[in-house]
Amino acid sequence: MSTFWFDGHEVPFRPGATIGAALLASGIRSWRTTRGQGRPRGVFCGIGVCFDCLATVDGRPNQRACLTPARDGMDVRSQEGTGHGEFAG
Amino acid sequence: MASSPVDVCVVGAGPAGLTAAVAAATAGRTVALVDAGARPGGQFWRHSPAGIEADRALHHDFVKYRQLETGLARFVQTGQIRLLTRHQVWTIERGARFTVRALKAGEYERTVDAAALVLAPGAYDRQVPLPGWELPGVYTAGGAQALLKEHGVLVGARVLVAGTGPFLLSVAAGLAQRGARVVGVYEANTGLGWLHHRSLRAVVRNFGKLSEGIHYAGTFARHRVWYHPRSTIVAAHGDTEVRAATVARLTRHGAVVPGSERRIEVDAIAVGWGFTPQLELPVALGTRTEVDADGSEIVLVGDWQQSSTPGVFVAGEATGVGGAALARVEGEIAGYAAAWYVNVDHESASFHPRSRRAERRLSWLRKRRLTLRAFAAAMHRAHPVPPSWLDQLQPDTLVCRCEEVSVERLRTAADDLGVTDARLAKLLTRTGMGWCQGRVCGYATACLVARFAGTGYDPRGLTERPLAVPVPLGVLAHGAAPAVPADESWRGE
Amino acid sequence: MPEVLGPVGGRQSGERTVRGVSASPDVVIIGAGMVGAACASYAARAGLTVTVVDRGPIVAGSTGAGEGNILVSDKEPGPELELALLSQRLWTELGEELDPASFELEPKGGLVVAETLDGLRSLYDLAIVQGARGVRTMAVDAESLPHYEPHLAPDLAGGVHYPQDLQVQPMLAAACLLRDARAHGAQVRTGVEVTGARRDSNGRLAALLTNVGPIPTESVVNATGTWGGEVSARLGAPVPVLPRRGFVLVTEPLPRLIRHKVYAAEYVANVASSEEGLETSAVVEGTDSGTVLIGASRERVGFDRTLSVPVLQRLAAQATRLFPMLASVSAIRAYRGFRPYCPDHLPVIGADPRVPGVYHACGHEGAGIGLSAATGHLIAAALAGKEPEIAVSAFSPLRFVEEAA
Repeated sequence: MSTFWFDGHEVPFRPGATIGAALLASGIRSWRTTRGQGRPRGVFCGIGVCFDCLATVDGRPNQRACLTPARDGMDVRSQEGTGHGEFAG
Repeated sequence: MASSPVDVCVVGAGPAGLTAAVAAATAGRTVALVDAGARPGGQFWRHSPAGIEADRALHHDFVKYRQLETGLARFVQTGQIRLLTRHQVWTIERGARFTVRALKAGEYERTVDAAALVLAPGAYDRQVPLPGWELPGVYTAGGAQALLKEHGVLVGARVLVAGTGPFLLSVAAGLAQRGARVVGVYEANTGLGWLHHRSLRAVVRNFGKLSEGIHYAGTFARHRVWYHPRSTIVAAHGDTEVRAATVARLTRHGAVVPGSERRIEVDAIAVGWGFTPQLELPVALGTRTEVDADGSEIVLVGDWQQSSTPGVFVAGEATGVGGAALARVEGEIAGYAAAWYVNVDHESASFHPRSRRAERRLSWLRKRRLTLRAFAAAMHRAHPVPPSWLDQLQPDTLVCRCEEVSVERLRTAADDLGVTDARLAKLLTRTGMGWCQGRVCGYATACLVARFAGTGYDPRGLTERPLAVPVPLGVLAHGAAPAVPADESWRGE
Repeated sequence: MPEVLGPVGGRQSGERTVRGVSASPDVVIIGAGMVGAACASYAARAGLTVTVVDRGPIVAGSTGAGEGNILVSDKEPGPELELALLSQRLWTELGEELDPASFELEPKGGLVVAETLDGLRSLYDLAIVQGARGVRTMAVDAESLPHYEPHLAPDLAGGVHYPQDLQVQPMLAAACLLRDARAHGAQVRTGVEVTGARRDSNGRLAALLTNVGPIPTESVVNATGTWGGEVSARLGAPVPVLPRRGFVLVTEPLPRLIRHKVYAAEYVANVASSEEGLETSAVVEGTDSGTVLIGASRERVGFDRTLSVPVLQRLAAQATRLFPMLASVSAIRAYRGFRPYCPDHLPVIGADPRVPGVYHACGHEGAGIGLSAATGHLIAAALAGKEPEIAVSAFSPLRFVEEAA
């Protein structure tokens, strides 16, 4: 089975799966904290409308996990706040 | 990257758009069919990894889909329909013709030049806030369904389904069949309320819907799923994810029966309160809208699904939420009408089908549309959102999930700053200003402003989203895409 | 449906009265946008009974479609700069009195940058003459630019820093000043459209005519922004105010990356230009909420609300030229507004002798938020028969009449 990396752990996925579906299937339910209250969020609408499931994919922040197809070896990271940690400091 | 012009561009490949594309192609036009999904079918016909066929038990109108897919495949083969999947339309420019601008995977832009448009953008679950609804483990009913149908993923082991409308039955049945323990279906209205309405003729004609209900009843019995009419979810509980829900009975008037609250341990919740049409593309094109019986803003269309903007035809949920059967009928009419529109003198001509056969078909479609719309209206009346959610809100309950705007902030803005409408609420509190641009909280914001300010409910003012999806500034800056990968075939993936 | 917001205080905040407006207010201010709010606040503080009317809800016009600039940096020496300097001071005072956080008043300062040495020379020339009028300026060489804005493109020639430039959240600022006016006894009545003016036998204003009936008053202030031309005509004292469209792109929320209001040198030229066609120059700034606002375009296309893709493309290109890191950032929203401009790019402020009792406070083009405080202050002084704090003849409503004659 193919896998991608999520915060350094391998997550398996079936062909055609989105990142969000694969994370949920692996029991991971949240991968983002909000920029105001720092609260955890994951999939809510599942169809690309609500933008709650944002993740950093191969260095690109704020990708909708529920729409982004999983690919072998892809680097998926949870994100905090705006997701633009690369600009900090 | 621009491509050779087409006669008709259809946006959205769900039941309405797919039907429209095939109809316009059948009428001899060249068509581009643009959709955000990986494969046609929309939110209604979903594909599992093993293909759509393996899941036929979960799919309605499977035969219809097969017919359309065959038609589509034939026209794609001949090049008469160009299928653009995974393309999200961010705006449409209107001049003598239309320029449809779509983003591929958010990385580059592709444009389609067309003489006429059929917009079939569909709808998504309508939500209202409740305490704890932002916890991971709370899903929209449609989200739970999408994960199940498309990916075979169960959102939880103990799932509570709540809200209103027949869609909840489909979601609960699907979850139960796949092995989830559905701890209850909490329908805020009476399940068969629509039977009491004076639309029996419509209901009888829609016997399919009734038999569907009976099918679900059987599934529920087999899986010991309790169906609780006139009951609702009032809160979700948990620290970092959902652990429990509080449910309660409702009075006839949709208020919580005092003392009827009950706490249930769950690890997932699926909620839906009907649907909200995706209106940004038609609204950006200046189409006139109105407020439908279910409180949704919808596009006003004429007999041929034409909007108030010349050359723009709209079909499916965007003209009033009514389900897949109605969407197909509207899509077919819109497809024919758009095909006809392409080559006529728009000032003087009125629509004339080209053959007697087409005329008979269209006359049947229009009758069918009337019946299905009557049925949809009856469903809207039978499944209103009960006012109980407004009374259950806590001051810190979030209205806007993106910008984390609380009920209290909205109330203060109304009391203190003179907020009298939803647009003003947005400008002064940031509700609806975040990533989703008010798609999720728009309905609730309009309801809350009406309550706090003592003004009338009006959802308009929040559907105006000139950018229909986020656009990377780098892509926008380059105008046409700098480099479209060579392996991108124009005919889809 | 008309809504009435009664005075704040004395009874529970937010309680609405169903009574009409005061029988005969000292002044009726037409327009519940930023300028109307400032006029209402200063007039009510001066002890006048004030009623604000608007045909729509509050902040429904150009106030809700701008960036909230309070600038001295983009003004060439002249009457408008004097107005801007007064306004800058008044805004600072308003912030202290009303809590700067309540409308996100930020003394962020402006940074004007030039791409070429020639451009930089013109910037310095402007800064020198502005300095002579009391504007604080600081030349910034290319090496020092990163200390101001670390994410600026590395190949710029330099710039000028204007520490006095401020920013507010304009909708909140207008709502807060309207609240302040109500706290001083003013009433705000929305859903009221002006249809005309009734004059007494001497030609003086006697009542404002509206869709919900006449409001007897001796003074009205036309603070209707871009719609000021139309309303002034209904009042019998026409002034030429026309729309000049602008678009703003709003990005996804970001960490605080852009500290100043940053704009390119051509902006000043575009502000003062009278071109009909499209002009764009990058204006980029961060906001309290994390979004970055990208302007500014100017076109004279009437009230056409259609999104213009070429304009957005140019704005995006210019913004990413100044801040290359924005290329990977998404725009999540765009809005358009209509600046109220007069042929000579100056606002119309003060009494209109053609109809005694009519005052104008409109036509501020793209500077209405910034200039509103001074405008309100001048109008309140005029209503009270006091001497204005600065010379106002350049803003006279009669200047167009004289030109035509």
